[in-house]
Amino acid sequence: MLTNTFVLATETAKSDTGAGTAVLLLTVFVLAIFIGFEIITKIPPTLHTPLMSGSNAISGIALVGAIASLETGFPVFGKVLGVLAVALATVNVVGGFLVTHRMLGMFRKKK
Amino acid sequence: MSAELRDLCYLLAAILFIVGLKGLTHPRSAVRGNLIGALAMLVAVVVTLFSRNFDWTLIIVGLVIGAIAGLVLAVKIQMTAMPQLVALFNGLGGGASVLVAGAYLINKSDAITRGDVGIDGLISTALSGLIGAVTFSGSLVAFAKLQEIKFIQNIRFPGMQALNGLLLAACLGGAGLLVTQPEHASLYYWLVVTAALVLGVFLVVGIGGADMPVVIALLNSYSGLAAAATGFVLGNNVLIIAGSLVGASGVILTQIMCVAMNRSLTNVLFGTMQASGPVQSADEVYATVKSTSADEVAMLLSVASRVVIVPGYGLAVAQAQHAVRELSELLTEADTTVEFGIHPVAGRMPGHMNVLLAEAEIPYEALKEMADVNSEIDQVDVAIVVGANDVVNPDARTDPNSPIAGMPIIDVDKARTVIVIKRSLSPGFAGIPNPLFAAENTLMLFGDGKQAVLDIVKAIREG
Repeated sequence: MLTNTFVLATETAKSDTGAGTAVLLLTVFVLAIFIGFEIITKIPPTLHTPLMSGSNAISGIALVGAIASLETGFPVFGKVLGVLAVALATVNVVGGFLVTHRMLGMFRKKK
Repeated sequence: MSAELRDLCYLLAAILFIVGLKGLTHPRSAVRGNLIGALAMLVAVVVTLFSRNFDWTLIIVGLVIGAIAGLVLAVKIQMTAMPQLVALFNGLGGGASVLVAGAYLINKSDAITRGDVGIDGLISTALSGLIGAVTFSGSLVAFAKLQEIKFIQNIRFPGMQALNGLLLAACLGGAGLLVTQPEHASLYYWLVVTAALVLGVFLVVGIGGADMPVVIALLNSYSGLAAAATGFVLGNNVLIIAGSLVGASGVILTQIMCVAMNRSLTNVLFGTMQASGPVQSADEVYATVKSTSADEVAMLLSVASRVVIVPGYGLAVAQAQHAVRELSELLTEADTTVEFGIHPVAGRMPGHMNVLLAEAEIPYEALKEMADVNSEIDQVDVAIVVGANDVVNPDARTDPNSPIAGMPIIDVDKARTVIVIKRSLSPGFAGIPNPLFAAENTLMLFGDGKQAVLDIVKAIREG
């Protein structure tokens, strides 16, 4: 059963039509949320702003989706949306990681 | 590149994201953690670029424009303006999710018309548009409010909640149509997005400044969930994992902020702060206010052995963080213990005060959490409040009728002497007088936060 689902998942990934493996994707989603809860409750309040800007940069992962919508042969209008999405997500990624880096550099130990 | 290899690389990226976040659990490992996160993103993006044939010109155009804009914003931003920047980035992330799902519907329209895309794919697309659009417009409104663009301040009108309910119903209705009539998927999708954009505006526009930490944290969570929804659309695990990590992070921060204000999320989003009984007028409360001078404060500090400084949003407004650093260094040289008591909702976003003080090169060991400060507050000789109000209002502890009753505060009123640096006796966000200002052991030092602290520094040096 599990192997079946897995084979199905890889095949869907190949054809990139997305749906069909909803349960498997949902499993990944729920487990990842649990990992997130475990890690993030351990982050001290001092680092909450860098956490926000850093996790913000991570949500720029939409960039991967944006790139995927720019395959050769896709309709023009789809590509227009795709380029816009790439630009927006890149601002998010580049700006987010950079500003977090800048901020974290300021947290110093007592001299 | 084969699909298997690509997916393995995505798995590697997901692991790196998790390891990177783990690095943020301590200031020492945080810089490395952030870099690992960036590396994870790089892996994910590069692998995607090599997985298929893309329209390279368009990708490069998008990447270059985005990278330049992000670079400029990140380098130019003042630390006091961090909340606005985070709000803006949040919004862009949400916007990207909307566009990706929109593009998907266009690019796969043939497959959708043939019925090759299942109901789960269509539901995820609708959710992507809904959450992404609320994040986008809500974040932009939050940005405008934090930037103090005037026309957008607290707009509330009767029936606003009913309107929000209607808009949400429109979103869900549109989503229903999208799923049941996939041949018109694009049309219904943009309907959902439009309704969600308006909904995002109305959800955030009525929320006041001091509640912003909650809103920013919540929008942060949404931007993650939007990315995760996009992951469901594309059947891409790395989007789902990264998105849900961010979603979880935002939810936890939202909850911490709500607990720190003793309010429920519903109350923050839809409620108004109201007293449940008679509240004393400001004139009554402030009858016994004593004002002081920088020289007197300097004298008090010269004999103090333990000092706690409690910063609030006023510190950010006055840009007083460097002046405060000077004061704390001066006192430390004279063998006085100086600590900073930081309330979780001080400022406009979670951890806002910590970043400002870190910017002024105040070591993070000196930044104490509320509970740690309160447990030893009776041994503190002088507590200095800079630009904070509601978070040190003892009414929260003593007056069950107060609108802020039950909110945890920093108990500065229990220190031997309290110095409050403030421009006037004007109320804080809760709009109520603060009996701390008139307490027997409190001295008010009226003036601009930065100037007042500099005056104290000068008085200590001369004294």
